[in-house]
Amino acid sequence: MRPLTEEETKILFFKLAKYVGKNLTYLVDRPDEPHCFRLHKERVYYVSEAIMRKSVNIARNQLLSLGTCFGKFTKTRKFRLHVTALDYLAQYAKYKVWIKPNGEMPFLYGNHIAKAHIGRITEDTPQYQGVVIYNMADVPIGFGMTARSTAELRKLDPTAVIVFHQADVGEYLRDENTLF
Amino acid sequence: MGRRQNNKQGVPQDVDVEKRTGKTVTKRTKFGGNRTNRRRLQEESKNEIPTTRALSNIELTRKRQANDPLRANGAKANGNAKKVKVGSSATTNGRTAPKKDAKGPLPKRGRNADIDEEGEEELDSEAEISMAEDEQDSDADSGEEADAALLASDASDMVSDTEDIPQPAEKRMLWDDEGSDASASDDHDDALLDDEFDEALDSDLGSDDFDSGSDFEAKSRRTVLRQQRDEAMAQAELEDAQLQTNIAGDTLDILPDDDADEEDQPTDLAMVQMRIQEITRVLSNFKEMRDPSRSRADYVTRLQKDLALYYDYSEFMMQKLYDLFTVAEALEFFEANEVPRPVIIRTNTLKSRRRDLAQALINRGVNLDPVGKWSKVGLQVFESPVPIGATPEYLAGQYMIQAASSFLPVMSLAPKENERILDMCAAPGGKTTYIAALMKNTGLLVANDANRDREKALVANLHRMGVKNTIVCNHDGRAFPKVMGGFDRILLDAPCSGTGVISKDPSVKMSKTSEDFRVLTHLQKELILAGIDSIDANSKTGGYFVYSTCSITVDENEDVVNYALQKRPNVKLIDTGISFGREGFTSYQGKHFHPSLKSTRRFYPHTHNMDGFYVAKFKKFSNTVTSDSKGPAKSQIKSKPKPKAVKATAAASTD
Repeated sequence: MRPLTEEETKILFFKLAKYVGKNLTYLVDRPDEPHCFRLHKERVYYVSEAIMRKSVNIARNQLLSLGTCFGKFTKTRKFRLHVTALDYLAQYAKYKVWIKPNGEMPFLYGNHIAKAHIGRITEDTPQYQGVVIYNMADVPIGFGMTARSTAELRKLDPTAVIVFHQADVGEYLRDENTLF
Repeated sequence: MGRRQNNKQGVPQDVDVEKRTGKTVTKRTKFGGNRTNRRRLQEESKNEIPTTRALSNIELTRKRQANDPLRANGAKANGNAKKVKVGSSATTNGRTAPKKDAKGPLPKRGRNADIDEEGEEELDSEAEISMAEDEQDSDADSGEEADAALLASDASDMVSDTEDIPQPAEKRMLWDDEGSDASASDDHDDALLDDEFDEALDSDLGSDDFDSGSDFEAKSRRTVLRQQRDEAMAQAELEDAQLQTNIAGDTLDILPDDDADEEDQPTDLAMVQMRIQEITRVLSNFKEMRDPSRSRADYVTRLQKDLALYYDYSEFMMQKLYDLFTVAEALEFFEANEVPRPVIIRTNTLKSRRRDLAQALINRGVNLDPVGKWSKVGLQVFESPVPIGATPEYLAGQYMIQAASSFLPVMSLAPKENERILDMCAAPGGKTTYIAALMKNTGLLVANDANRDREKALVANLHRMGVKNTIVCNHDGRAFPKVMGGFDRILLDAPCSGTGVISKDPSVKMSKTSEDFRVLTHLQKELILAGIDSIDANSKTGGYFVYSTCSITVDENEDVVNYALQKRPNVKLIDTGISFGREGFTSYQGKHFHPSLKSTRRFYPHTHNMDGFYVAKFKKFSNTVTSDSKGPAKSQIKSKPKPKAVKATAAASTD
């Protein structure tokens, strides 16, 4: 377990900013309790400093997780956000997409979101913007990347893909063995 | 056969018996003659058209009869000599009668003498096993039956009429065949062997016949017949077995555990159940209902054996579990273990509220209700059209599927916000996430488990439920005060034999041995001491330790807790804070525990409709392990937690 390097921090923040934009500062400078990012076995954990300090008691081999896992660095040093970061992303997300109940299950099975399944979408969402996906009961169920801007949306036919799937909570069941 | 016997009621019995015995005796004498004659018969019958074969057989017989009149007479004389004997055997071996009864309808259906004969030979061999006297009887019968079948093929409508008339002729045919070589010498020694050969031969011949017959219709009919006969035989065997156990059972109701070798007898579950009920009734009012010649132990051992058989437990496990209860309660317990417990979900208060969650699930068609007054977060699911472990609500971490019993240790632990808490055996995280929810994601929660594979599920659950205050580690629980100490509260849900969750995992019934228990209890004792040593007694809010298992045996519960009390005089048992459940044992089978074990709680499947469980709550009042006096302990309180933890470890190692 170690703090992120300059390079890694840049990659991570760049990725996070796609979803939360300027709200990223709230994540870094928490008003309540100082939090930090820590790298452990190529995974990035976001954890309060108090817990981080306690965790140094535990040997590297024996430590499996602390705080919240945000994602992992791939071998090519790209950062991949995991669905486990959803809680924080949802809290600070700038752009959101709500999907109708009939689109919920297809999304949870890992499919992209078609126009027909979209219930609501934040105004002025640009193209290729990271969005957090909610169901109509306002429960975050994943995140993705818009394929079209809100403006374009109206002209499209119902089967057109609007949001590319990136992660969904179904992965807790599907990928339990690889996720952690 | 029964049918035939009925028919024969009008016919003088003597004649019948004569024939039978005559036949058997001669048949047994030599198999060589039998074989040649049969083959001859076979060859001759092959020349005939299959449909008329039976008829031809009769003709053939008559021919032989004419050739060899002396044989028949000789056989008859022979039979006379045996008459008395057979008669007596028939009366003493009443139980063979029903078997024959079951066979009754067969000859009627029979179209092929060979097939039927073959079947009867099989029956014969069974009879031989059962009794020597019987052999003669049934053997003879088989011959008769085959003959009858022969006839039935031609005169299937008038079976009852034709049967009696040509039978003598038919009988004689067979005796003649065999007798011609046997020359009426009664050589009983080879009887068994000969019969076996006969059987093989018969089947050979049968198959020969099969090939020669080009009539496929007949072939298929034979196959059908064979199946029917097999079924009937199986049925007969069943009835026979039942009858045997009935005989045994009747006596055993009154005299349980009559002899030790009755174990070998085939047992039938309905019988065993009846006996269980009977013994339970006797035991409930032992003074009046007992058989005076029997001790209570006789009844109890019998009952235990029966229960083990009926519910499929090993005798060791049965003994272990039976001793925990009264007789009636033990029955309830074993019955409850066969029924699955209700599905309970726990609302994750970090992400949702019970009412909202219930509403969301009801909208999905799930039928649920609050679990009871004792929990504000539990919901009982009665039925669900969707898989309850894969709804969007579940995936979003709004609830956890969790047995009702696993709420209890956490409720007893009563975690507070901003505490430092350890869950020593955390996977798969049901209790851990409950603790985190009660802590409202503040403070520090260390989730440890020794099994790395199971920890994947633990980490997944923690993240899904939005728990952010945890450190997950993979230490052996016994390493604990060294790795990290000074906890405000610790939950030890110790690895156990799982006797409380038999309904979930029935393999426990058979798989656990005394060795498993020895290993487990040893581990539990080590873990409980390690846990107690990791607690900071000076904690302002805490200093509590909860020990729980999903087992109900005393070895793994009271015994372990009592051991901890002895080894660590700086802890005491306090009330668990759970309003229901049975009190822990303070003495059990000659062992006497500390009286404070009364404050521990036991939960049983049959009384609380949750998994069997045990919860004990300790309060650590001092960080030093001095034996009785509280004085030095008080003075130690001022010192920092760290040296205390070290001291405690040192004490543990000296133990």
